[in-house]
Amino acid sequence: MTETLTLAKAVNAALADALEGDDRVLLMGEDIGQLGGVFRVTDGLQARFGAQRVIDSPLAESAIIGTAIGMSYRGFRVVTEIQFDGFIYPAFDQIVAQVAKLRYRSRGRVSMPLTIRVPYGGAIGSVEHHSESPESYFAHTAGLRVVTASTPQEAYSTLRAAIASDDPVLFFEPKGKYYTKGEVDRSIVRDLETANVVASGRDVTIAAYGPTVETALRAAIAAADEGIEVEVIDLRSISPLDVDTVVESVQRTGRLVVTHEAPAEASVSSELITSVVERAFSSLEAPPERVTGYDTPYPPSAVEHDYLPSLDRLLDAVDRTLGRRNSRTELDYASVMGAAR
Amino acid sequence: MSITVPAPDPALAAGLDCPLRVLDLDGTRLHDPLLDAHLGDIDESALADLYLDMVRVRRLDTEAFALTRQGHLVLWPPLLGQEAAQVGAARSLEQRDWVFGSYREHGFALLRGADMAEFARIWKAYAHGGWDPHEINMAPSQIIIGAQSLHGVGYAMAAKMDGSDEVALTAFGDGATSEGDVNEALVWASAFQAPVVFLCQNNQYAISEPVAVQSGGLPLALRPTGFGIPSMRVDGNDVLAMLAAGRIAVERARAGGGPTFIEAVTYRRGPHTTTDDPKRYRDEAEVEAWVAKDPIDRVERALERMGVDMDPVRAEAKVRADRLAKEFRAAAEHAEPPAAEEIFDNVYAQPSRRLERQRAEHLAFVASLAEESK
Repeated sequence: MTETLTLAKAVNAALADALEGDDRVLLMGEDIGQLGGVFRVTDGLQARFGAQRVIDSPLAESAIIGTAIGMSYRGFRVVTEIQFDGFIYPAFDQIVAQVAKLRYRSRGRVSMPLTIRVPYGGAIGSVEHHSESPESYFAHTAGLRVVTASTPQEAYSTLRAAIASDDPVLFFEPKGKYYTKGEVDRSIVRDLETANVVASGRDVTIAAYGPTVETALRAAIAAADEGIEVEVIDLRSISPLDVDTVVESVQRTGRLVVTHEAPAEASVSSELITSVVERAFSSLEAPPERVTGYDTPYPPSAVEHDYLPSLDRLLDAVDRTLGRRNSRTELDYASVMGAAR
Repeated sequence: MSITVPAPDPALAAGLDCPLRVLDLDGTRLHDPLLDAHLGDIDESALADLYLDMVRVRRLDTEAFALTRQGHLVLWPPLLGQEAAQVGAARSLEQRDWVFGSYREHGFALLRGADMAEFARIWKAYAHGGWDPHEINMAPSQIIIGAQSLHGVGYAMAAKMDGSDEVALTAFGDGATSEGDVNEALVWASAFQAPVVFLCQNNQYAISEPVAVQSGGLPLALRPTGFGIPSMRVDGNDVLAMLAAGRIAVERARAGGGPTFIEAVTYRRGPHTTTDDPKRYRDEAEVEAWVAKDPIDRVERALERMGVDMDPVRAEAKVRADRLAKEFRAAAEHAEPPAAEEIFDNVYAQPSRRLERQRAEHLAFVASLAEESK
């Protein structure tokens, strides 16, 4: 049975079903109770499950994660909400030094089946700290799983998998897509490690995740008009990365474009392209390309559409991999870099 | 808008002027109405048991220190001087309660039944953790200053949600009171009335920094009162005072009365760790002054005053301490190092394909070296 839900409602449904199915599941975060969260993602859950299980927390991100760790020792599965991507940093120590390491520290005797929900990404026209993509900080830390979702179905199924997992999972929700609708079948079960090939093609592979998957699919449609077949991979898991699926695709297409909203430096694209070069170097017919946020702080949202990966920037990158005329064909790097000295 | 300020609880901050004490330096039993009410069952035999505990804890500590100097362990953070603070607090708990401590909680680990062979492995750098937390109800020792305070509060909140009367105790030092996590833990414990005991062992130094750097000269026990948390400043070298303060806190938590903060005023007579050189930041005279306040000597004098023949008690303590030291030394000297392949274990509950690939590559590399050396 399927139903049409927004991505926000799909997250809500996953939380409700997890609360219903396991009385050790708890939600904790700022404003998630009576208000239903600043995005209304947890709307109605406190009324249905009670303030003991849907806990409005004091405003202390480190404490949200730190106390959830203590609850995990007692066998609770706590789903914490960090209100915005840019608010997660006070909790950084508890996430990377404690949550990520407790299984290792205890040699398997302590499980941290924690889920950390983080609305992330831009294109919502907001102010500073409300549009960031901090996933790479966490992907760099062993012991954490870092996943995201591109559709309501993926949001539902991946969040259920995250809550059921005995590993700690950061679940990044593309807040710019919260109100995108899609069909959701609650019986579909997903894992936390496998990428999805969401469009098949034989000329160029675009690897995307979260909010950029939709842009990549639109690029595939546009490129098809010019006779270019684009394969689109929704990575789903940012850590661990499903390199196998991307390598298999690049072995067929010979070309790779990686896209995300986060800045390029030391990012998911850095890691994915490196892995593909390591394992499929001889299959590559062009240097891999990437379309990402720039290596700047997130800009004022009045100009965020210049910063964010767009359909046209993706098509331009596809052209670069194919050796077609593109925006950089006549770019004189020498003179630009001369000016920078 | 008006707010109702709760009437000041006379016990909200006890001992601020002078730390609570029931055993004087010469072993005289002093009387303190607050603490005495919780020591009614402590006879000669119970006090002798606390003495035995402290002697064993000290022996473990000194043996580990010596083992580090001899190269059998890589590092040791000594607790010399803090035996009463840990033993008194540890004995106020039941085994079903949980402890969330720092890296200097050797007394808690020993008294809660940590496996000494596993414990030695931590300080030999053979393992990051040293016991089964679910077997002794004590979280792995934890190095980031103050982080465990939040874990203790979370555990206590969970126990309360379960309708259990179990409590959590979180132990940390004076330096930790400056950390955001400890302050957040106080906020949460107060907001959720969590059944948690905050044990601050004020051993006067955070590595080289005297406590005044953290406190501005005010007693640390004053601070929790601003969070609405009852607080006691206790002579941390008085095992009976520590036991009574622990019992007050534990009983309050069990009865649904929420958190309590205990500042144990004590002294770290040794270095911060075996790599530290305290001569650079404090005088020997200061240390000597605290030797005179030794927590174990004080109980010996108290037992003598009670008419106990100390010779058999000392003999028994020596036998037990020697046995423990021998066991610990054997563990430290003969521990098997972890296999290099264990680097890859217990990162995830469900191993990832990526990590399994890295493991296979590493093993192939190791095998290639073996092949070359043939």
